[in-house]
This record gives sequence, structure tokens and C-alpha cells, in this order.
Amino acid sequence: MKNPFDSLDKILEHRLRLQIVSVLVANDSYDFNALKELLDTTDGNLATHLRALEREKYLSVNKSFIDRKPNTRYKITERGRTAFKKHLEAMEELIKQQKR
Amino acid sequence: MQKRSLTLNYKVLCMSQNEPYQKDLESIRQLMERSVKFLSLSGLSGILAGLYALVGAAVAYFMVHFPMSPVEYRQESLQGNQVILKLLGIAVLVLVVSLITGYVLANQKAKKKGVKVWNTTSRRLVVNLAIPLVTGALFILILLWNGHYGVAAPACLVFYGLALLNASAHLFDEIRYLGYSEIVLGLICALLPGYGLIFWAVGFGVLHILYGTLMYKKYDR
Repeated sequence: MKNPFDSLDKILEHRLRLQIVSVLVANDSYDFNALKELLDTTDGNLATHLRALEREKYLSVNKSFIDRKPNTRYKITERGRTAFKKHLEAMEELIKQQKR
Repeated sequence: MQKRSLTLNYKVLCMSQNEPYQKDLESIRQLMERSVKFLSLSGLSGILAGLYALVGAAVAYFMVHFPMSPVEYRQESLQGNQVILKLLGIAVLVLVVSLITGYVLANQKAKKKGVKVWNTTSRRLVVNLAIPLVTGALFILILLWNGHYGVAAPACLVFYGLALLNASAHLFDEIRYLGYSEIVLGLICALLPGYGLIFWAVGFGVLHILYGTLMYKKYDR
């Protein structure tokens, strides 16, 4: 049988990245400041992991200005949604094995 | 014997390795819910809004229909702009006081939880509520302007129900059923316009107290 540990998504094994993706899966879009407040993290930390997820094409970025202030919105991509689903399934499989 | 202890060891090893995943899954589920739902809404504000509506309905009854029994079916529609303005005033007052109560209590609950009451979720909630509500309010005002007084109460209930459904993604699950109840009540009310005030009192008073109590028991304690 395939080892479920291998099915875990290497990018999403990081806690904050998994949290970011789960918020974006649950919402149409989310902006930088709202994410920062919700996940209770720092600008730098959040930006680093958002960039990593963007590089993997797990999310798309839309920059605009609201009242002359920059506003960055993030959206999940199909690729990101699929990766999240597979990662969750692998986690569930691991939990099932533990109960067996 | 050797083999058995080995598998046991393996199992324990797996357990300690896998346990965090269970916690992770649970925390993700909570995070997703928190990112979508406005959890600061207080059940108590529903109960109070219901009480205000009942007081408002009682005032309206004594002001407009009084010598007539409140459960008697009214054959005649309301007459006169004076009366309509008074009823409208009562309804708006009930709405404003309820909104203020809701905001104050949500603010308290948010503070207790250490979160901000005004965030992305609550902004989306307000927009999703406001679109059907403002549409309904304008629609009702236009109907009143044209003298169709009988549809005001059912239209209030139906549009309010639709607004709740529209915003239900951001609210506790119970609110969806409150929305369905308001719509059904509004449609029945449209068939029996002479009982408008009673239906209004049930929809905005009794149902709010009922669902508010339910939510208060489930989420506020």
C-alpha cells in the first residue's frame, strides 16, 4: 500500500501556509491585512509564505488601491484547491491508520 | 513475542506521530469557520430585538386598532397618511434600537474573545444583509406611496427572510432556519393581510426571541 506520508503536500506541511490556504478555500478572496489579523502573525512572516504559495501557483494576487492605500487581495487557484484537498485526505488517512 | 512487541512499538510510534494531524484538522476547521462566520453575534441581541418588536406591535395596536380585538380579522385597510407615518415611525424605531443593541452586544462579545468586531467577515455580512433589505425597504415605501397598505407587513417579513438567507453563510446555522420561517410567515401573511400586525409581531417578536434563546444557550454560555 502507498504510504500516506508520501501523499502529504510538502508546501502545505508548513502550518502557516496550510492556514492561509484553508482561509482562501473557505472565502472568495481575502486581503493581506485581514489575513494578518486572523492568523495573528507578522507582516514579514506572512509575506514570505504568501510569496512561497504564489510561486507554487497555489494562489493568485490582485493588487489595487483603496483610498490611495495599497490593497493586496489573494485568491485560491484550482491548483491550490486540489493540493489542499489532497493534503487533507492524506491527513485523514493518517488519522484512520492510527485508529486501526 | 518479539514480533508482537515490535508491532506494538510501531503502533505507539505512529500514534505519537499522527496525533498532531488530528489537532491540525480540528484547528483548520475552526479557522475556516472563523474566517467566514461572524461569531461575535450575540443570541441576547435576538431576544432583545424580539422584545422591542413586541412592544412596538403593542404600541401600534393601541395607537391604531384599539377598541377592536387584536385577533379579529380587519376587513378594512388602513386609512390616512397620519396613521401610516406613525406605524412607519414605530417600525423604524424598533429597527434602529435593535441594530444598536446588536452592535453593542457583538462588540462586548468580540472584546471578550479578543477579536475586532469590524473585520472582513462583518463587512461582508453587512453588505449581504443590506442588499435585500434596502431593496425591500424601497419596494415597501413605493407600495405605501401608492396606497397598497396591506402588503407592507408581508413584504417586511419576506424581504427580511431573504436577507437572512443571503447572509446565512456568515451567520450561525440557526439563522438560515429563521430566514425560511420569516419567508413562510410572510407568504401566509400575504394571504391574510387583515392579520398583518399579528404576523409582524410573530415574525419580528416571537421568532427572534425563540431563535435568540436557542443561540444564546448554544453559543453564549
